[in-house]
Amino acid sequence: MGELFWIFISAMLVNNFTLVLFLGLCPFFGVSARIATAVRMGLANIFVLVITSIAASLLNAFVLPYAPYLQLISFIVVIASLVQIVETVIKKISPTLFRELGIFLPLITTNCAILGLATFQTNRGYGFVEGLAFALGGGLGLTLALVLMASIRETIELADVPAMARNMGLVLIIAGSLSLAFMGFAGLFTS
Amino acid sequence: MSKTTPRQDLVTGIWKQNPVFVTLLGLCPTLAVTNSVANAIAMSAATFFVLLGSSILVSTAKRWIPKEVRIASYIMIIATFVTFADLVLEALVPDIHKALGAFIALIVVNCIILGRQEAFASKNTVFRAALDAIGTGIGFTIALLMMGSVREILGNGTFLGWHVFGPDFAPWVIMILPPGGFFTLGTYLLLFAWWKGRKKVTVHPRHWVHEVTAEAGDA
Repeated sequence: MGELFWIFISAMLVNNFTLVLFLGLCPFFGVSARIATAVRMGLANIFVLVITSIAASLLNAFVLPYAPYLQLISFIVVIASLVQIVETVIKKISPTLFRELGIFLPLITTNCAILGLATFQTNRGYGFVEGLAFALGGGLGLTLALVLMASIRETIELADVPAMARNMGLVLIIAGSLSLAFMGFAGLFTS
Repeated sequence: MSKTTPRQDLVTGIWKQNPVFVTLLGLCPTLAVTNSVANAIAMSAATFFVLLGSSILVSTAKRWIPKEVRIASYIMIIATFVTFADLVLEALVPDIHKALGAFIALIVVNCIILGRQEAFASKNTVFRAALDAIGTGIGFTIALLMMGSVREILGNGTFLGWHVFGPDFAPWVIMILPPGGFFTLGTYLLLFAWWKGRKKVTVHPRHWVHEVTAEAGDA
């Protein structure tokens, strides 16, 4: 249990997917202008990450020992089709949930964070349960980073910044400062 | 089909539509593997190869790829080339392969490559698609080298392992850590925005309109 907790916290704070590992930067810069959108994007991400983790565990256990060179291709194909199926099911069962999260799902599927999770999980030899803890932690960390970024951007929107900082330059500098802050978490668990 | 000349196809991707600095695509590798120049070179070489290979294959096979499944087909083609590049790098330069780690696999989801297939290679001849891929690849390489050299020189005091400042230099360790990536790219973007804004004469159109209407009102 202790090890699972460690994996969870490590994925969420110490090795935050977005700010430390640079995974999932497209949504981080693309949909972080509003807090409400950022929260929904984060939730959709957690959802897809968990599905990915399950799919990757199953592939690692049953398929890839026989054909290791198929790793990348099988990850991509299986994850993309699984998300597509889940999207269709959600659309049928709960149209409200689909309206909230659905539009993000296809975007997320071809996102670095998703393939990154599958690859990291494989490289580190995580099993099914450890993979789930990793995916949940990573997803929550991503959501945290997104929401933090969105709150800062909503605030600076009204600030009087110089003309040259009105594009993404300023956002990247803010991301750097956030990343700097997250590096402090590395000192949390030295024991 | 395209209204541009072959020369334009080649040149636009290099600077005017630079994939990293102008269109802000493919940020994952740009930030993650540019902590040293050697890593940046290996990453851009792998991406260049995958981009060129997939552009040629996609533009060759465009007639047989159904519209409905085109994105999936492009991704399969890209993933095949990435697997190829991954195995070659592992055999030739195992150290760098280890340093890049999972980020080789992540070339598959690099938006630059998929973007070029969707926007260019699927609509143009093989020759044009190859030119476009070469231009974009050079642009990406330039961006990665610019990032990698700043970060390695400041963060480690070296360039490709060669000491730049002599033994007394205290390295800015932050530059080779993750925040340094964000700061370097952010500073480049600020500089480019400043350079662009500098050339424009600052006219405030609102004042003009205001004055003109006020005069018209008086008369």
